[in-house]
Amino acid sequence: MDFLRPTSLADALSAKADQPEAVPIAGGTDVMVELNFDHRRPSALLDLTRVPELATWEPTADGGTRLGAGVPYTRIITELGARLPGLAMAARTVGSPQIRNRGTVGGNLGAASPAGDTHPVLLAVDAAVELRSVRGTRVVPVREFYTGVKRSVLASDELITAVLLPRAGGPQQFSKVGTRNAMVIAVCSFGLALHPGDGTVGTGIGSAGPTPLRATEAEWFLTGELADGDLWESPKPLTDSVRRRFGELVAEAAAPIDDVRGSAAYRRHALSVLARRTLGWAWQDYRTGGDQRCA
Amino acid sequence: MTKPAEVTRSTTGGIGESPLRPDGALKVRGEFAYSSDLWHEDMVWGVTLRSPHPHARIRSVDLTEALRVPGVHAVLTHQDVPGTNRYGLEHADQPVLAVDLVRYHGEPVALVAADHPETARRAMKRIKVDYEVLTPVSDAEHAVHGDGPRLHRDGNVVRHVPIRRGDQNATAPVVVHGVYEVGMQDQAFLGPESGLAVPAEDGGVDLFVATQWLHVDQRQICYALGLPADKVRLTLAGVGGAFGGREDLSIQVHACLLARHTGKPVKMVYNREESFYGHVHRHPAKLYYEHGATEDGRLVYVRSRIYLDGGAYASSTPAVVANAATLGFGPYNVDNVTMDCWGVYTNNPPCGAMRGFGAVQAGFAYESQMDKLAAALGMDPVEVRVRNAMSEGSTMPTGQVLDSAAPVAELLRLVRDRPMPAERGELDLRAMPGGVSNTTHGEGVVRGVGYAVGVKNICFSEGFDDYSTARLRLEVLGGEPAATIHTAAAEVGQGLVTIEQQIVRTELGIQQVTVHPADTTVGNGGSTSASRQTYVTGGAVKAACEAVREKLLKLAVTRFGEPRANLTPAEIVSVLGTEVIEETVEWRHRPTTALDPETGQGFAHVQYGFAAHRAVVDVDVELGLVKVVELACAQDVGKALNPQAVVGQIHGGSVQGLGLAVMEEIQVTEGKVRNPSFTDYLIPTILDTPPMPVDVLELADPHAPYGLRGVGEPPTISSTPAVVAAIRAATGLALTRVPVRPEHLTLEEPR
Ligand SMILES: Cc1cc2nc3c(=O)[nH]c(=O)nc-3n(C[C@H](O)[C@H](O)[C@H](O)COP(=O)(O)OP(=O)(O)OC[C@H]3O[C@@H](n4cnc5c(N)ncnc54)[C@H](O)[C@@H]3O)c2cc1C
Repeated sequence: MDFLRPTSLADALSAKADQPEAVPIAGGTDVMVELNFDHRRPSALLDLTRVPELATWEPTADGGTRLGAGVPYTRIITELGARLPGLAMAARTVGSPQIRNRGTVGGNLGAASPAGDTHPVLLAVDAAVELRSVRGTRVVPVREFYTGVKRSVLASDELITAVLLPRAGGPQQFSKVGTRNAMVIAVCSFGLALHPGDGTVGTGIGSAGPTPLRATEAEWFLTGELADGDLWESPKPLTDSVRRRFGELVAEAAAPIDDVRGSAAYRRHALSVLARRTLGWAWQDYRTGGDQRCA
Repeated sequence: MTKPAEVTRSTTGGIGESPLRPDGALKVRGEFAYSSDLWHEDMVWGVTLRSPHPHARIRSVDLTEALRVPGVHAVLTHQDVPGTNRYGLEHADQPVLAVDLVRYHGEPVALVAADHPETARRAMKRIKVDYEVLTPVSDAEHAVHGDGPRLHRDGNVVRHVPIRRGDQNATAPVVVHGVYEVGMQDQAFLGPESGLAVPAEDGGVDLFVATQWLHVDQRQICYALGLPADKVRLTLAGVGGAFGGREDLSIQVHACLLARHTGKPVKMVYNREESFYGHVHRHPAKLYYEHGATEDGRLVYVRSRIYLDGGAYASSTPAVVANAATLGFGPYNVDNVTMDCWGVYTNNPPCGAMRGFGAVQAGFAYESQMDKLAAALGMDPVEVRVRNAMSEGSTMPTGQVLDSAAPVAELLRLVRDRPMPAERGELDLRAMPGGVSNTTHGEGVVRGVGYAVGVKNICFSEGFDDYSTARLRLEVLGGEPAATIHTAAAEVGQGLVTIEQQIVRTELGIQQVTVHPADTTVGNGGSTSASRQTYVTGGAVKAACEAVREKLLKLAVTRFGEPRANLTPAEIVSVLGTEVIEETVEWRHRPTTALDPETGQGFAHVQYGFAAHRAVVDVDVELGLVKVVELACAQDVGKALNPQAVVGQIHGGSVQGLGLAVMEEIQVTEGKVRNPSFTDYLIPTILDTPPMPVDVLELADPHAPYGLRGVGEPPTISSTPAVVAAIRAATGLALTRVPVRPEHLTLEEPR
């Protein structure tokens, strides 16, 4: 097995062009498990940890954030909690401290597992993925990124270089159900972002379908309710029935299965609870204009 | 070669103190040599081809392609087993390598040795096995009473233990029924099965292996290899946890076979997934109970039927059945009892020893029943237990009278009377059900409190000749008296090596004590199971000390011209001079007797251990997530030889019981294991582990060395039902199955 260790993005891209079958490895927290269990035998590994361009984040002109694909979760939590509240909350739930020290959003996207914890937030905030190859750069909305179970639009000569996240104009939440209190893969998860700027809301569902999903009906419903009641302008508490209906619509958007981690029926049920609760927290934050309740 | 480390570094401290473990610092620093770290120049690697089917006939096995792989040294099947192709702890019913039938998912079919583990695995994948897939027998109750296929010559019942005592037709005004289920728990030790077999010039083999019982391994290896005992020598390698899962063979015969065929040292190490196939698990159980009581809450009768799923091979099922039966009514006085307990063959993974050994399954059921009874009577759950609690002088359902302390009521009162943990304060997600996953900020969270008490037999039972051997050598080294203690008893992480040193220091009044690596050049040490090593090997070490001291005192008479009762270290030096005293002693606990096959009566157990728990939980009743807030335990240990180790055992046992209550289960569907990984077989993390205050009672047992009572298992019995009782208290649900899963808490009808 070849072990390619480029030290610049240009070298990494040309290596990937020369050897499209080379498997990129960032934190390695997915790749090494697959190798250890002999689920994968790549002819080459492309180590991205020495590519400086991937390991940084910077503000964008429109107030958003360009997050390098290789920035580990620990840094997202410590450096970006205020800029990217939803993503930082999701990052906080990933694995253990060791995993968070190594694991990256680029790797989460590369693996494209429906259970990946960052996806619901990326969907909810309407992030975009920057993909590069020697052919050029393209920016794909994350909502178009996932194409199937552990599949994405990533081409074999491309690398994920960054994730582009819009400015957090309102409260964001992330919540995940697992069957123990830490270090657990999501049975189901939910991300929510309120966008007071354009009066919309964003959602993301994890681990309850072949890909991460949006709850579009729920988004429309809530957007409509908030507009009808002029609630963005004069934010009153949301009624129980609105929160409940939102939860039901989120549950309906899911396409879960029964597996060792949980039943489809439970996943739907839990999603409705998570959606209802996260909406309550986010709206409370919006109303009080207070700090995000960041995990 | 790297060999098992001599964990000998002398620490100070006699019994009743808590000296540091000699292996502690090494383990914390990651420097301890586990069995998976063994290495030998020129060694080759062995791997095991396992059946993908739970039940299938083997039509043919074709090794041709595997043998062609460069670097392969041997590919073996059952035809290469020189002795008898059978092994087993109690019944030799399990083939070393499958012949024409596989009876469980993961059963070994063939072996490969190659110069690299990758090569071995690649070759293994080229072995062609033609299977005729058969329908698996997967329901234990049906396997006993149904008319499905017989999986073994003598049918599907491994053992049936009945107990009949008192009036079999007793009636009572208050009656509660229940049907309970216990899922398949795994020992989940961290160090996977591994070892190194080195062929010897005398035609024998030296095996370095992580095990719980060197001599029972040796016996089974000899039988399979057709070799006498002096040709099969075992040394204990560093053991990364056991909990019962290393009592049966894993790599032992396989590695020795490969070593003898290749003439090379052979190393075998399972990975995590293979480990789930490579050892027995806790028996899943279905338990039917009926309790009858008077209106003031006194038990009149208990009737029970228990089905323990032993899986494909017997392993220690017979003894597990006896435990579940004889301990199946709990530590309660009840005159009229009826029990039928079956251990059954199915095509599920083999089940055998795991901490608690039959008492765990029964404990969940009888304690759930006691709560049900309390509810039916409108009585406090602790009160109903105290009212029926056994005490010294009580009679077990086997007719055995408890002839030492049995402080059941006191243990219950101790946990009940502890101050309650504080109510939840400011929002800290780590303290919430769901933890840092941010599932609740208090919504839906209900607190519940539950109690349970349990009983476990200590040491081997039913007339088993249960003994240990200790060899003690005393000499002067560097001007100081120095002892070397040698046993074959396995240190599996519990701290036996520390205890052995403590006993020698106390008995001989010297400081320098070295523990010789455990091996088969000394007599049988018995199993590291049944909470027995401090009792039995501790007893043997104490007896060896006494034998050495007797000789020493005789020498002292010659030296001083008069008898002396005690000798200071300086006096020992001058008495010994250049002489060496070495004594080997076999020590047995008091004998037990068999159970009457019809009535289940008999003096079956050596000693009983009792523990009680109070669990306080927060349940998110909408999401079905549980946070155990506190798990208090009270246990009588007779005498705490090493108080810190005692509390460590109680904490560990409690957490293992908590795991069974809320998360730990090997999920098996139609005989197939669905979650053989630590990704999906969940064990508690530190955020699932609550504060665990412990009350330790020391009520000496006059029959046991130092009055001690085995510690390791009792806390595992009562922990599970206490946690579940607390969840019931919070949710009002019946919860008749463990582990309790979120869907049980959210999608089930309230009782
Ligand atoms: C013990 C443990 C616990 C875990 N817990 C969680 C959890 O709670 N939640 C969760 O979501 N995940 C969890 N994971 C999975 C994993 O940690 C995450 O998916 C993580 O985000 C992967 O990041 P990485 O940098 O380690 O990826 P890698 O393992 O390095 O790569 C993952 C995949 O992405 C590809 N890849 C990586 N970087 C790029 C790039 N720049 N361009 C193109 N492809 C790329 C790789 O080729 C590979 O296919 C856990 C893993 C372990 C071992």
